[in-house]
Amino acid sequence: NGKIEWAMWANEQALAAGLILLTGGIVGVAGQFRDREFAAYSIAAGVFVCLLEYPRGKRNKGTSVERTGQYCFTVCVKSFGPLTRNYYVRAFLHAAICVPGGFILAAVLGCVCLGIASLIYLAAAIRGEQWEPILPWKESARKPVGESIKLPPQNPPPRPPAEMRRKRAEDLEAAAYVNPIAVTANDD
Amino acid sequence: MGNFAANEGLSVFVILVWLGINAYLFVQFYMNFLTERWFYTRVLLGDALSWARAPAACLNFNCMLILLPVCRNLLSFLRGSIQCCSRTAARQLDRNITFHKLVAYMIAFHTAVHIIAHLFNFEWFMGAQLYRNSSSLPFVLSQIGTGDNASYLNPIRTDQTIVPNTNPTIVMFTTIAGLTGVVITLALILIITSSMEVIRRSYFEVFWYTHHLFIIFFIGLVFHGFGRIVRGQTATSLLENKPSQCKDQFESWGMNGTFCPKPEFAGNPPMTWKWVVGPMILYVCERLVRFYRSQQKVVITKVVMHPSKTLELQMKRKGFSMEVGQYVFMQCPCVSQLEWHPFTLTSAPEEDHFSVHIRIVGDWTQGLYEACGGDKNETQEAWKLPKMAIDGPFGTASEDVFGYEVVMLVGAGIGVTPFASVLKSVWYKHIQENQNVFTKKIYFYWLCPETQAFEWFADLLQSLEGQMTEKGMVDFLSYNIYLTRWKETEAAHFRVHHEAENDPITGLKQKTLYGKPNWDNEFTTIGTKHPEKKVGVFLCGPTQLADVLEKQCLSHSEAGVKFIFNKENF
Repeated sequence: NGKIEWAMWANEQALAAGLILLTGGIVGVAGQFRDREFAAYSIAAGVFVCLLEYPRGKRNKGTSVERTGQYCFTVCVKSFGPLTRNYYVRAFLHAAICVPGGFILAAVLGCVCLGIASLIYLAAAIRGEQWEPILPWKESARKPVGESIKLPPQNPPPRPPAEMRRKRAEDLEAAAYVNPIAVTANDD
Repeated sequence: MGNFAANEGLSVFVILVWLGINAYLFVQFYMNFLTERWFYTRVLLGDALSWARAPAACLNFNCMLILLPVCRNLLSFLRGSIQCCSRTAARQLDRNITFHKLVAYMIAFHTAVHIIAHLFNFEWFMGAQLYRNSSSLPFVLSQIGTGDNASYLNPIRTDQTIVPNTNPTIVMFTTIAGLTGVVITLALILIITSSMEVIRRSYFEVFWYTHHLFIIFFIGLVFHGFGRIVRGQTATSLLENKPSQCKDQFESWGMNGTFCPKPEFAGNPPMTWKWVVGPMILYVCERLVRFYRSQQKVVITKVVMHPSKTLELQMKRKGFSMEVGQYVFMQCPCVSQLEWHPFTLTSAPEEDHFSVHIRIVGDWTQGLYEACGGDKNETQEAWKLPKMAIDGPFGTASEDVFGYEVVMLVGAGIGVTPFASVLKSVWYKHIQENQNVFTKKIYFYWLCPETQAFEWFADLLQSLEGQMTEKGMVDFLSYNIYLTRWKETEAAHFRVHHEAENDPITGLKQKTLYGKPNWDNEFTTIGTKHPEKKVGVFLCGPTQLADVLEKQCLSHSEAGVKFIFNKENF
């Protein structure tokens, strides 16, 4: 339970609005209604809104849940940079898109839903929210490599103390290595 | 298939009956509009009339149902009454929210069909007015009732030549049906988008407040049919103007010397209120009960801060009585006026108080923690403790535990809480010797990702362990604690202390196990030890684990031993 990120709800609402615009448009065109050019517009607007809204943005706090197969859409939407990142732009865009929908009955519902989504996006923008893409984990998972790894080691590697390393005449088996030259006892 | 029928049979049956009623209503009302009374209407609208009326009937049915699963006090009462007859039936009431969602999806579906059909209806009504040719039957029909504005058929009374800017959109907004239709559809869409799992789990307030748009939905729904916009021929008119005979003489209807007078039309009286008024009243009662319960005085008698950010509250309320594993909704007005949150009761019914263990994870729990003085060092004065309101207790599957001779309890992480209540209660029942306890053996599994979460529950297990040893009942409870995640440093510590008598983490004699349980082995062992018995399997934990256990129950329920799966859900 955290602070509300309005953009998350605006996104659900806008996606629903896109689907409703699309459905209304299809009905208007397939049923050969009068003013079916508005219905055709409604189809195009619906498809556009769905494509734009399908990829979920990354949440500020908490885990972000992706929609199935949204990666390619994320890449597309991301490529428009500030146009898609900024929620003021989205709010204005949705408000503009929804207006022609008000001209035919079949698109009215989609129009109002999109208008509501636009208002919620406006609230999100005022609160400073932004759309961040959800990118695959492996790109950011690799921790930055420390500087010290680039310099040669200053100290020799840790080894057991000298008494244990040196072969002792009385216990040749226990030594850590094989010496080609026979070991003779030290006199010191 | 094993015991699929025992576990799932009743659910499947209920769903099939519900779908069957939907299908029946759809077909029945579709056919109702194919009769002679609607002949002229169908001249204008064709099949779109039926396609609009059929989902309307289904909408009446589903809107009636949708309020019922969320009347939790009513359900709790029903559950208690049914339990005497059938435990299986009582368990169905646990799936109330699932059913509520299914009905909601069905409402959305029928709404879509209804709206699409009406789009065609409006289009064709408009078209009939536009084609101003008195040798067109649709036009003639549309002209009926122009004088008295009562016997008309076409709700679009004029066209653009008479009144400019008459188009379907404007007509829609100026009829009761159209206006209420748009408003309630919008309410429905907003409710649905804010109920998406992402929104619901992260921003509960948005979900909860937006959901109250259902009030607007129901008011609009009741008034939706008041305009009587769907019109068929009146009974008296049918006697004089029979469509089968008169339809082809429409150009001379009502003229001197003809048999056919002009037909007259009227709308059906509104029906929706008859379907929904009952549940609406029940829901109002439900909210009143919740309010009444919330007004009853609740006193916090003890506050305990446990490690790993767990807060225990012990409370008393006059007349409070609970059963094992039930939960309550708690409200703390000084933290939030409108939020109610569910918590499992961790006390046993035999104790003189009731308690909850709350994990501090979000804003509300943090607020509660501070209100109880959790962040202060000194103990809080009793009068400084916040006022609380309690709704409940409400029943969950844990109540059924004592109905089984052999029981498997599986708790994951904080999901162990209902079982605290069960274990305590079982213990109290045993020491009160006049009680004959049906449950003979409990297998308890606790899966936990971190050691710190153990403490308060480990205390409970330790005291139970001690008391059981005293009474010589060590075999009654066999518990297995699985640490599913650990750090390297801890692992070293475990290795070193492997031979110690008491477990290094919990201090219990029964050792902690590492990793996840091998459920296949566990079920097989238990099945072999208790042939011919019904074993109740109770889980409070994540859905993945529920699926695993459900499969195990089904696959191990053969030849005698039956594993019945019960799941908690919040």
